[in-house]
Amino acid sequence: MNFFNFDKKLIPLDEWVQEFVDWLVFNHRDIFQALKVPIELCLKGFEWFFMFLHPAVVIILFALAAWRFAGKRVTIFTVATFMLVGFLGLWEETMVTLAMVISSVFFCALAGIPFGILSGRSDRFEMLLRPCLDAMQTTPAFVYLVPVVMLFSIGTVSGILATIVFSVPPIIRLTSLGIRQVHPELIEASLAFGATPWQVLRKVQFPLALPSIMAGLNQTLMMALSMVVIAALIGAGGLGNPVVQGLNTLEIGLATIGGLAIVLLAMVLDRITQGFAK
Amino acid sequence: MQKEVKLEVKNLFKVFGSQPKKAMKLLDEGFDKDAIFEKTETTIGVRDANFEIYTGEIFVIMGLSGSGKSTIVRMLNRLIEPTSGQVLIDNEDITSMSDDELVKLRRAKLSMVFQSFALMPHMTVLQNAAFGLEMDGVDKETRNKRALQALEQVGLETRAESLPSELSGGMQQRVGLARGLAVDPDILLMDEAFSALDPLIRTEMQDELLKLQAKSKRTIVFISHDLDEAMRIGDRIAIMEGGRVVQVGTPEEILQNPADEYVRAFFRGVDPTNILTAGEIAADTQVTIVITDGKNPRAALQRLIKNDRDYGYVVDSERIFHGIVSTDSLRELIDQPEDQHMLKDAYISEVMTANAADSMQDILPQVAAHPWPLPILDAQRKYLGAVSKNLFLKTLYRNQNEEQPNPETATDGASQ
Repeated sequence: MNFFNFDKKLIPLDEWVQEFVDWLVFNHRDIFQALKVPIELCLKGFEWFFMFLHPAVVIILFALAAWRFAGKRVTIFTVATFMLVGFLGLWEETMVTLAMVISSVFFCALAGIPFGILSGRSDRFEMLLRPCLDAMQTTPAFVYLVPVVMLFSIGTVSGILATIVFSVPPIIRLTSLGIRQVHPELIEASLAFGATPWQVLRKVQFPLALPSIMAGLNQTLMMALSMVVIAALIGAGGLGNPVVQGLNTLEIGLATIGGLAIVLLAMVLDRITQGFAK
Repeated sequence: MQKEVKLEVKNLFKVFGSQPKKAMKLLDEGFDKDAIFEKTETTIGVRDANFEIYTGEIFVIMGLSGSGKSTIVRMLNRLIEPTSGQVLIDNEDITSMSDDELVKLRRAKLSMVFQSFALMPHMTVLQNAAFGLEMDGVDKETRNKRALQALEQVGLETRAESLPSELSGGMQQRVGLARGLAVDPDILLMDEAFSALDPLIRTEMQDELLKLQAKSKRTIVFISHDLDEAMRIGDRIAIMEGGRVVQVGTPEEILQNPADEYVRAFFRGVDPTNILTAGEIAADTQVTIVITDGKNPRAALQRLIKNDRDYGYVVDSERIFHGIVSTDSLRELIDQPEDQHMLKDAYISEVMTANAADSMQDILPQVAAHPWPLPILDAQRKYLGAVSKNLFLKTLYRNQNEEQPNPETATDGASQ
C-alpha cells in the first residue's frame, strides 16, 4: 500500500464529527437546552434591568462608576458616548449588547478564575489547559457557530455561549500568571507561620494576584465585545444587528453607526474596568 | 544547671534531585558530593547532620553559601522535606507528622524570620505582625493587641498602619521579627535574618535581639555566614561545610580546638587575604626576558621600552626565575665603559621572591615595600607571574564585593 497517496482521504474525520454532532442533537438536545437556563436567567435579568431603567438613570450609573474608578475625563467621555448612542437611535441595541457582554463576562469570571487558580498552582494542569485555551482563541468562530446553533438553537443565549468560548482564555491566563507571580518567599513565609494551602490562596496568593486578575477581566470584556457582530449572525441581537443588516443590504451608513457604537462602548468599558484594576 | 534539649537533629539528610535513593546509596559507598552530582545529577544539600539545641539558647549555624545551612533550617519546620533522618522537637519526631499535625506544630511552637524579610506587601505593618495569629484563627481584637505588643518590643508601634514598602530595610526586618515574636513561639528560626542589612543596622539589630533574649529566653536557631555575628550572639555554634556539620561547640571551644583545617580557616577570619594564595592571584602580565647567553642588555632594554614597562623579569628557557632588571639598571649598565655587558650585572639586588603557596597576608609586606610587582615562584623556582600593588588591591576589592550581597543563592536555588 502506498502510504503517501494523499489523493485519497484516509481519515474521514469530517464525517465522524458530523455523525457525532447529529447524534448529540438527536439524542441529547434536552441536556443542552437545560444548560441554557442559567445563562438565560442571567441575561434576562441584566436585559430587564437595563431596559427597565430610564436611560438617564443608566447614564448616571455609568457616569458614577467612571467617576469613582477612572476620573473626570472618562466620566465626560462616558456621558458623551451614551448620549451619542441615544441620538443615533441605537439605545435599545446598546442595552441588549451591554446585558449580553456583562452576562458573558460574568460567566467567564465564574469559570475562568477557578481554572486560572488551578492552573497557577499546578504545572501539570496548566500543561493540559494551554492547548485548549489556544484552540479556543484561534478556532474561527464560524467553525463552532453551527454546532452551537444546532444544540442550543438560535438566539442571544447561543451568542453568549460562542462569546464565552472566545473570551474566557485571557482571564484564565492572567489569573494563572498572577498566582505564579507571587514571590515564592511569601508562600514560604505563610507556610512557616502555619498557613494551610487554602489560607495561602485566600490570604496571600489571591490578593496579590488581584491586579493581574482584573487585567484579565478587562481583556475578557474587550474580547466579548469583539464577538458582538459574530453573535448577531446567530440571532443574538444588539449592536451587531445593524452591522449584519447593513452588510446584507449594503447599507453602509447603518453598518457604520453600529460599528461606531461598538467601538465607543468598548472604549468606555475598557477605561472604567482599567480603573478597577488599579 | 541541667540543660534541657529542645530540638534534636538525628542523621538528617537532604538530597535534591530526581534520584535521592540512588544518591543515598552512593553516599553510603563513600562517594563525595561532586562525584554524586556527576553520576546522578542530584545535589547533596545536607548529609548526616546531628546536633542538639537546648532550651533558651541562641544556636548559630554558620557556613559559607552552599554549605547547606539554609536547607537545614527549613527542615526544622519542614518547609523542605528531609530525605531521611529525624528532627525531634520536645522529643516528638516532626518528620513523621501528617500535614494537619505539621500546621498545628508550626502555629504552636515555631516561627521564622527571613533574610529577604518576606513581608506581605498588601498588608499593613500591624496585619503583617498579626499574620501568624490570623492563620491560627485568633480573633481580630486579640491578635491586633498582641501584634501591637510585638511591634512595641521592636520599637515600631507608631508605624502600625504603614505599608512595608514605606519602611527602610532595617525597619522592615523589625516587622519580620515582630511577626515572629507575636505568636510567642518556643523556637524562633532566623535565616540570615540580618544579612541583608547594612553593617551598622545589623549590629543594632543584633543588640536588639540580645536585649529581647535577656528579657524572655527563647530558643533561637540563627543562620549566618558572618563569623563576627556568630561570635557576638551565639551561645553555641555549628559550623557547616559542603552539607556536613563539621563542628558544634561554644565559640571558645571552637576557637581553641578547631576540628579541622576548614574550621581553622574560618576562625582566622573570612578575610580573603588568609585564604587566597599568591599562586592563585599571580598574573603573568609582566614582561619576561629570556636570558639566552646573558649578553644582551640592549635587547632587554629595547623590549622594556617597546612594552612601556619599567621592570623586566629574567627567566631562562625553563622559566626558572633569575632576577629583575629595570630600565634604569639596564641604562646604567650600558653606560659603563666595559666591552662585555652581562645582563646579570643589571639585576636589582633587593629583589625578594614569594612562594605560590604563601597567603596574601604573607606577601603583603613585600608587595608594599618595593615599586616592582613581587615575582611568585613555584616549588621548582619556576616563574608563575607577579603580584603588583594594583592587582593586590583589586583582588581584595573583588572579594569583598563577592562576599557581601546575597551569599545564599546556591542553596536557595536548590530549595525551590
